[in-house]
Amino acid sequence: MATVSADSSLPDVAPAEDLRGQGAVRRVLGGAIRTRRGQIGAGLTLLVLAIAFLGPVIPHGSATKFDAPPFSKPGNLGAGLLGTDALGRDVLSRVLDGGWILIVLAVLATLLTIVIGALLGINAAYRRGFVEGLTMRGVDVVLAMPQLVFVLLMLSVIGPKRWLLVLAVGLSQAPQTARVIYAAAQDVCERDYVKAVAVWGVPPRTVLRRHVLPSLITPLMVEAGLRLAFSIILIAGLSFLGLGTRPPNPDWGVMINENRLGLGTNYWGVLAPAILLALLSVGTNMFADAIARANLGENRSEQAVIASAGGTGSEA
Amino acid sequence: MSTLSAPEPASPAVAAGPRPGRVRGAHPVREMLAWRIPLGVLSVIFVAILTYLATQVLPGDAASSILGQSATPERLALVRKQLGLDEPVLTGLWNWMSGLVQGDFGTSLVQARPVSEVIGPRVLNSVVLLVVVAVLSTLIGAVAGVVAAHYRDRWFDDTISTLSLVAIALPEFVVGVLVILVFAVGIFNWFPAVSLIPPQERIWNDLSKLVLPVLTLVIVTTPYMFRMIRAATIEALQSDYAEVAELKGVSAPRLLFRHALPNALAPAVQVFGLNVLYLAGGIVLVETVFQYPGIGLALVSAIQSRDVPVIQFLVVVLAIFYVMLNIVTDVIVLLSTPRRRAPR
Repeated sequence: MATVSADSSLPDVAPAEDLRGQGAVRRVLGGAIRTRRGQIGAGLTLLVLAIAFLGPVIPHGSATKFDAPPFSKPGNLGAGLLGTDALGRDVLSRVLDGGWILIVLAVLATLLTIVIGALLGINAAYRRGFVEGLTMRGVDVVLAMPQLVFVLLMLSVIGPKRWLLVLAVGLSQAPQTARVIYAAAQDVCERDYVKAVAVWGVPPRTVLRRHVLPSLITPLMVEAGLRLAFSIILIAGLSFLGLGTRPPNPDWGVMINENRLGLGTNYWGVLAPAILLALLSVGTNMFADAIARANLGENRSEQAVIASAGGTGSEA
Repeated sequence: MSTLSAPEPASPAVAAGPRPGRVRGAHPVREMLAWRIPLGVLSVIFVAILTYLATQVLPGDAASSILGQSATPERLALVRKQLGLDEPVLTGLWNWMSGLVQGDFGTSLVQARPVSEVIGPRVLNSVVLLVVVAVLSTLIGAVAGVVAAHYRDRWFDDTISTLSLVAIALPEFVVGVLVILVFAVGIFNWFPAVSLIPPQERIWNDLSKLVLPVLTLVIVTTPYMFRMIRAATIEALQSDYAEVAELKGVSAPRLLFRHALPNALAPAVQVFGLNVLYLAGGIVLVETVFQYPGIGLALVSAIQSRDVPVIQFLVVVLAIFYVMLNIVTDVIVLLSTPRRRAPR
């Protein structure tokens, strides 16, 4: 266990050379990958990523054309390795084609969350006063709605579009990130070197970018890991509700919904995408957990993980 | 919700903290309520306004997008009137919100009945689900957490901790279909796969339909309780007083449940609140998996059929529930940690 690096990354330790910028990214990921949990998580994630992104490249049948009677079992009536789905399409082809979109959307949503959350949080912490009050109270208001409900509301207004899905999921998580980064940034903004450059007359934007942000790499990476794991679950759930991919196209979440009625006949239509989604979310969660543990220490990571999953409006 | 026991990340109101001139002896709970309740009410009002504006105004004309192809001028006019689109935005907003306050929640476009009539029974179904899950997951999580703390790093702890790590990560609808696969259609045929019930029927008259949705949500929520209780109990067991109790010859169960567990009360309350908050959103997916007739399923079908009054009502109800629960949780946490109440 990387307990040594965990100690050296506590925010109140003076920032050493390798705690900032590029070196920090490598160190944070390295700390996670050295733990068993991190290795298992990374392994599972890579496995599913390989299936999702190599799947469309591997030669296979059509994912949208009729193949054999609906819910044929594997091998029966000329059906493929995993049988057919509710509309008689080949399950294996749909599994191979239906993963990448979820992952791409989740990654984009996570990036959006981190960028918006970090901007809001850092600005609020540095500028104080009116900006701080407005931002953090705005965060409170958005957090007064269950996340999924917030996303559903946004999607119901304009209709299910992919860019909107990314926007909605990204925005719905940004408040939590803002709150976490705000707390971490307050600490950094109080440090002497930050105050010193500010007194020197360096404009706030430069202070934040050059002097505050680099010290926040660790909490940002922890947060990004947790948010990615959560975005995957959220986006999979939305696509299960039919708000992700347009009907003929395959998507693991949609497949689970479409093929529920065939559980008694050809369960592969549900089981295959369910297992892949489960592996993916368990993998990303374990890796995110490993990052948090390696960098925050066990107790604080426990809190970070639990708090991030809940995302409530309270400030305790 | 950010930290559980660490000092709070100072939000302005907290950061201002104990102002020098603060009246001594003002009860901390009252003091907290004094700014949390107005903030909560404000949040709900904001959510209501946002919801109204989002559902009524943004998509151009809500009425024509609801009716779609079947829009005749007469029906369009009727729906526009029902939605209050024939009046200025602010008037409509005012009418809608004063209606909410007076218990008039509008009329469902799909069912042509008052929203309260459509949603009322479903609220009850969801509450039943929520209460059963909250109680079960708390009990199971607490007992498992204490026992795991006692056998720390032995096989029982390792097994349960790993299982909880997996269960936390699984999307709830995946758990739902796996549960169906195991207990309803695949391996065992013990329970119905869907929980459809006739509108007049009550869910508690057919408990077998409650089992699988409850099981799914218990699997999803228990790990949080378990992890928190385990961590808090381990911390307590390492304290001096636990050592004294042990040396004094207190039996293991008594040490665990009488001396260590009370320390887990504050975090447990927080996780309990968190779990119920999660459930407010989580029921949407799980109710959809099981076609369980609660407000989650109602929200999904209202969104699919663009039943605007129902959407507006449900979002506001969920927001009120959410805000209230947050405040209640924080009050209980404050009451259960005397340390927090002391002036800092």
